[in-house]
Formats: sequence, C-alpha cells, structure tokens
Amino acid sequence: MFDVRDDAGFVRFDRVQKSYDGVSLVVKDLNLDIARGEFMTMLGPSGSGKTTCLMMLAGFETATSGDILLGGKPINNIPPHKRGIGMVFQNYALFPHMTVGENLAFPLEVRGMGKSEREAKVKRALDMVQMGAFAGRRPAQLSGGQQQRIALSRALVFEPELVLMDEPLGALDKNLRERMQYEIKHIHENLGVTVVYVTHDQTEALTMSDKVAVFDDGRIQQLAPPDVLYEEPENAFVAGFIGENNTLRGRVTRIDGDICTVRLDDGGAEVQALRVNVEGEGARTTLSLRPERVRIAAPEEEVDNAFDAKVAELIYLGDHIRVRVKVAGNDEFIVKVPNSAKGRRVSVGDALRLGWATQDCRALDPS
Amino acid sequence: MAQADAGGIPTASEHEPRRKLVTADGTPLKRALQRAERRRVLAAFGLVAPLLIFLLTVFIFPIGQMMWRSVDNPQVVNALPNTLQALRGWDGQDVPGEAVFAALHADYMADQDRPRREQAMGPLGIRLNYELSAARGAISRTGRNVDTFEAPFREAFLDAHRLWGDPALWRVIQREGRPLTAAYYVAALDREYDADGNIVQRDENRRIYVSLYGRTLALSLGITFLTFLLGFPIAYYMSILPMRQANLLMICVLLPFWTSLLVRTTAWIVLLQQQGVINTLLVSVGIIGDDGRLSLIYNMTGTIIAMTHILLPFMVLPLYSVMRTIPPSYMRAAKSLGATPTTAFRRVYFPQTLPGIGAGAVLVFIISIGYYITPALVGGQSGRMISNEIARHMQQSLNWGLAAALGTMLLVGVLILYWAYNKLVGADTLKLG
Repeated sequence: MFDVRDDAGFVRFDRVQKSYDGVSLVVKDLNLDIARGEFMTMLGPSGSGKTTCLMMLAGFETATSGDILLGGKPINNIPPHKRGIGMVFQNYALFPHMTVGENLAFPLEVRGMGKSEREAKVKRALDMVQMGAFAGRRPAQLSGGQQQRIALSRALVFEPELVLMDEPLGALDKNLRERMQYEIKHIHENLGVTVVYVTHDQTEALTMSDKVAVFDDGRIQQLAPPDVLYEEPENAFVAGFIGENNTLRGRVTRIDGDICTVRLDDGGAEVQALRVNVEGEGARTTLSLRPERVRIAAPEEEVDNAFDAKVAELIYLGDHIRVRVKVAGNDEFIVKVPNSAKGRRVSVGDALRLGWATQDCRALDPS
Repeated sequence: MAQADAGGIPTASEHEPRRKLVTADGTPLKRALQRAERRRVLAAFGLVAPLLIFLLTVFIFPIGQMMWRSVDNPQVVNALPNTLQALRGWDGQDVPGEAVFAALHADYMADQDRPRREQAMGPLGIRLNYELSAARGAISRTGRNVDTFEAPFREAFLDAHRLWGDPALWRVIQREGRPLTAAYYVAALDREYDADGNIVQRDENRRIYVSLYGRTLALSLGITFLTFLLGFPIAYYMSILPMRQANLLMICVLLPFWTSLLVRTTAWIVLLQQQGVINTLLVSVGIIGDDGRLSLIYNMTGTIIAMTHILLPFMVLPLYSVMRTIPPSYMRAAKSLGATPTTAFRRVYFPQTLPGIGAGAVLVFIISIGYYITPALVGGQSGRMISNEIARHMQQSLNWGLAAALGTMLLVGVLILYWAYNKLVGADTLKLG
C-alpha cells in the first residue's frame, strides 16, 4: 500500500476544508506534508481544528473539500478500518471486557492472523512497553500510566506505518507524563513509524516532535521544528502560544534591511527590532521578546535597547527568579534572572536598567 | 543501634505501666468510644427502622404466611381428635370397625357443644372436599341428625351417608390427620394419591398446573426476548442522541407507565379485536380476506402484545443507562484497529451492553412471570398464566392452601432462576440505573 517513493509527502493534506454545520469552517484550507518516519505534532488551543484534522486522517470525519493522501493515494473514501492506521485515544479506549492480551490480539485477530503468530506479536508488543507480565489483567486493574502503555502497544502491534495520537497523555499526572513523553519518543525512534500527535501542551510538543504545526482558528500558523518555533516565531499567536513571551505594541517608523525601528504606543520610546512579519513603514506591529533574553544591564553598559524599569513583583522559582517589572507602560513584563552567586539581588521597588539585543526582539504582525 | 532499640529506649508501656487512656472528664476512652459507636448504630437503625417495619408487616410476614398456609393443615386434627386416635393401626383396606365410628360420633357431639364460631365440622367438610368431592356433603348431611344416633354407630353412619362406607374417605382422613400436609403441593404438581397412598400423575384431562407453569415460563421468556428485540435499537439510538432529544424519546418509551390500565386495555381492544383497526386495515389493503380476520386479542397473542408493550420500559431503561456510559471511542478504536463496523459492534460494543441486557431481562422476566392483570383482561383462555390460576383459587374456589402452594412454587422458581443467573452471569454485573 505504501509503495510510493516520495517519502516527504507520505501523509499529505491538500487544500482540506472541514465544516460541521455548513456555515463556519473548522479547518480552513489546510496544506500539510508529513514525511515518512516523522514525528509531527499538531499543537493548538481547543477548537483550533487540530483534532478534526486527526479525525479526518483516521477516517472518523470526512473532509468537506480537498484531498487527504496517504502514501500518494487519496484516502477520502476509504473507511477507517481499511486505512491501517494505528490510533491512541485520549481515554485509551481499551476494551474493558477483554484482558490486556485480548486487547492486543484484537487487531491481529480481525486480520485473520493465526494463533501462534498472534501470541508472538502480542508478547513482543507488550515487552516493548515493559508490560509483558500484564497480559492476563483487565484494563480496569491497571493504573493510568499502564493503560497508556497498553493503548500504545495496541496501536503498534499490527505494525502500522502511521500512528495517530489524540492527546494520549492528557489524563496522566505531571511526572508520569514526562516519563511517557520520553518513552513514546524512544519507541518512535526505534520503530521508525510515522507519528501524528495532537496536543494542546506546548512542552509536550517541544519535547517530542520533529516538527510542530501550530494550529489556530482552523489554520496552521507555523510549521517548524521545535527550536525554530520557539526562537523564531513568525507571528504574534505563535510567539504568545509557545513559551513565555513579553509583548510591546507600537508602529513601525523606519525599516532598514532586517532591522526596523518601532515607536512604542506608550511613552513614545523607540526600539530597534528584527523585522519578521511587518507590512511596511507606518504599519502597526507587536514586538515579541523572550524573558530570558532580557538582561539587567549595568548603568554604563552598552546595549542595543535600554529601558528603565521598576520592579513590581518577585517570584522565587529556585533556579531562577521571575521579576515582573513595569516597562514602557507594560506592567506584565517578565524578566528571568538566573539564581547565580554573582547575580545582583533585586527587590520590589528597585529601579532597573533593562537591555536586550535587537535580534532577540522580533517585530511581528499586530494582534 | 539494634542494642539501643531493644533496651535503650523505653516503650510507652514500660514507662507508664497500665495507664489507661481517658477522656477529658475521666471516663476510660475505650468505654466512651464504645458508647459513641452504640449511639451511631442506634441512629442508623432508627433511620432504617420505619422501612424495615413496613416491609416486615406488608411483605415478609405475608409471604411467610403464604408459605405456611401451603402446608398448614389443622382442619382434620381439630375436628376429629378421637376418630384419629381410633384410626391408628387401621390397615386402610376395609371400612373401619365400630370403635372408630363411636369415636367419630363423640367428635361430632363434642363439636356441637362448642360455640358456633369455633365449630370445626364446616372447615373439615371443605378441607376433605379438596381431596374427595362429595365429602363436604357427607360431613354436613350427617351432622344434621347425628345427635339422634345410637349405638351401634357404624350402621347409623352408613345409613346417614354412603360415603362413610367408602375406604377412600377414611384414607383421606387418616392421611390428612396431621397438622402439616403436602397435599396442596401434590395437587399443584398435577398429582394425586392412589389407593395405596402413592403419589401418581392425574388423568390427562385433569392436569392443569404443570402445563400452565410451562406456558407461563415460555410466555415470559418470549416476552423478554421481544422486549429485547424492540428495546435494543431504540436504547442504542437514544444513547447516541443529544440529551434533549433522548429525553423526548424516553417520554415516548415511558408512555405506557403513564396511561391508566383501563385506557390502555380499551385501546388494545379497539385496535386488536376482530372488527378492530388493525384487522380492518389489513382487510381493506387486501393482505387478508374478510373471513380470515386474525384473532389478536383474548388469546395468547393478546397477552404477548400487551405485556411486551407494558414491560418495554423495563428493558429500555437499564439498556439505555448502560449504553450511555459506553464512550463512542471504543467503536472508533475497534475500527482503527481494523475491525469492520459489524465486527466492532459484535466484539466490542455488544459485550459491553451485556450488564444492561442482563438487568433488563431479569426485570422483565421476573415481572412477567407473575403478571396477572393484563393476561386476565386480554389473555382469554389460551393467554392465561399461572398467576390467573392463583387468583382464581384465592377469590373463587377459596382453596387458599392450593393458591399458596402454587404461589410458593412460583416464588421458588424465580429464586432458582435468579440463582442460576447469578451463577452464570453474576448478579453484581447487573446495572439497573
């Protein structure tokens, strides 16, 4: 079935649209290529269309228009049970009336596989998630994390080339979630299977993925590897959704190659910023600045942009201290100060001089 | 370190030998706790007591009474104490001798001395009549002029009624001359005693109850299956509908509960009778001829239709409540694993509805096995069930002992079936709501 050579477009969404009520589009003109063996995460807030995309790929929803291709062949009219796509559900959907072993044998059984072959595969799949001793248990006798592993191995036991995961770690507590993230990532690396993973948890997306598609309002806002996504967000939504972000609003007064000068709304101070997503001189813009890229500068130090700020709040977080300051009319401006021995102690009410490099301040679309 | 643990640090009991824990006012803590616990138990009992007393008086006690009545047999013992004594050692073949008849006379005379309400000969006649028709006439006719009898009594009694010369009557008196009897159960199983006292089957044309139990069982099973067939799809549909529309459908399902029995029955008669709506429609469409009108009421068909209608909610409600809790992701998961929709339904969805099916089936079956009023109204002769026969013995033939025996057998039958269900499926899997 997957004999196509074009590995880059193993899964392809081609101008896909989806509307449930015939009035509003939940997915708007989606174009997306997923390469064979890739770990692709669809990240976005709820209602952004990411789960709908996954359900269309699995075959539980039909696209209103456009094509979905798997291995080069359109699958719009193939029912879900013939697509051969593994899927891990949010609530695991382990069949409660079957034992773990029966759950895993189910996909093999419906494929008409012989008993001995079935047992061998089930054992291998259980061993893969270190659950070999649990084949005789019922799902209700397992903890959440164990159920998660079983669901994962059930989706993989029939050796699909594509596995979909719909917020599979949402129900687990934080420590377990982090462990499972690594486990899923390692399984992906070992098996070389293509994974499409849906989550609203940005940490999860950044930890696990080769590529992340950030969804909002039915569109992909940015498709990039995690580091690019974090360090070079292309628009204000992505900058705000991924990681912590300080925003300053203003109007572009001058553009000089990659650098533009922005006059801030409040106070009228001018800032040098990297031109990323600005229409031209005179356009409104949102400046995005990561808290860890802001430094507390010494009074005589030379920096690209320097602002006076007043400390409003300190939050102690062990390895660093979050300092909330008021800068240029924005009193939600966060600076992360590393908790190092030589670091300066600040206290509430202190006047500081903040500075940042022009490259770290990105001029994005107005939001 | 171990040394220090063992001997170095004194434990509490060593340090303060036998010091009791006490409350603030000096009562030993143990006793105070016991007192609090007793108060808690009493309070709990107080909450349960009204219902418990209610159930005891209107449920447990009457059922015990019924079971007792099915074996209780005081009539012969009360009426004929001397006769029974004299009958001891009788061989059961020929008419007994003078001594027995003298005792019988003495019993009659003793009975006439009693106040009218305590006289035992009337109940005796009724009781003996269950076993031997015409016995009641013999007892009462003899009683009218028994005070004129003179020795030898044997001839006098034989002159008064020919039945006194029938060894069968004496066998019945001897057999039933004990405070407990199995005779009602013998009768309820379509059996009787032969001349040698063995239990044998009745003549074919006098057998009623066993086949009636069989019919009741078959009807109940059939109705249970029909409610399942009709209820499963609607329950499934309701479970996937939004709550509002599901509730609307639920009202339609519950409608039979809300209509009065008489309105419902009238509606069935209008619909189902030979000149009724359904027959007329079928004739006018040409499916059946005018002379081939179907009998849909006053027979077994009527019972099945009406009871299926009434009992449908008892199947739909547990099914619906179970199906509502089955997330759609199970079916999706099955399909994503490669199962066709049919296989997914059969292997994944259906097994999960079993607790609901079990609960619905047990409910419908147990209710229908004891159903009385609907078969009585629309069942005619062939749609009668065992409960109608019990009611007949309660209200018309006034043979309460037999009614009690039939009722007890029904109760025991249901308990056995429930026990079997529990063994096979497990009652703890039932989901009633």
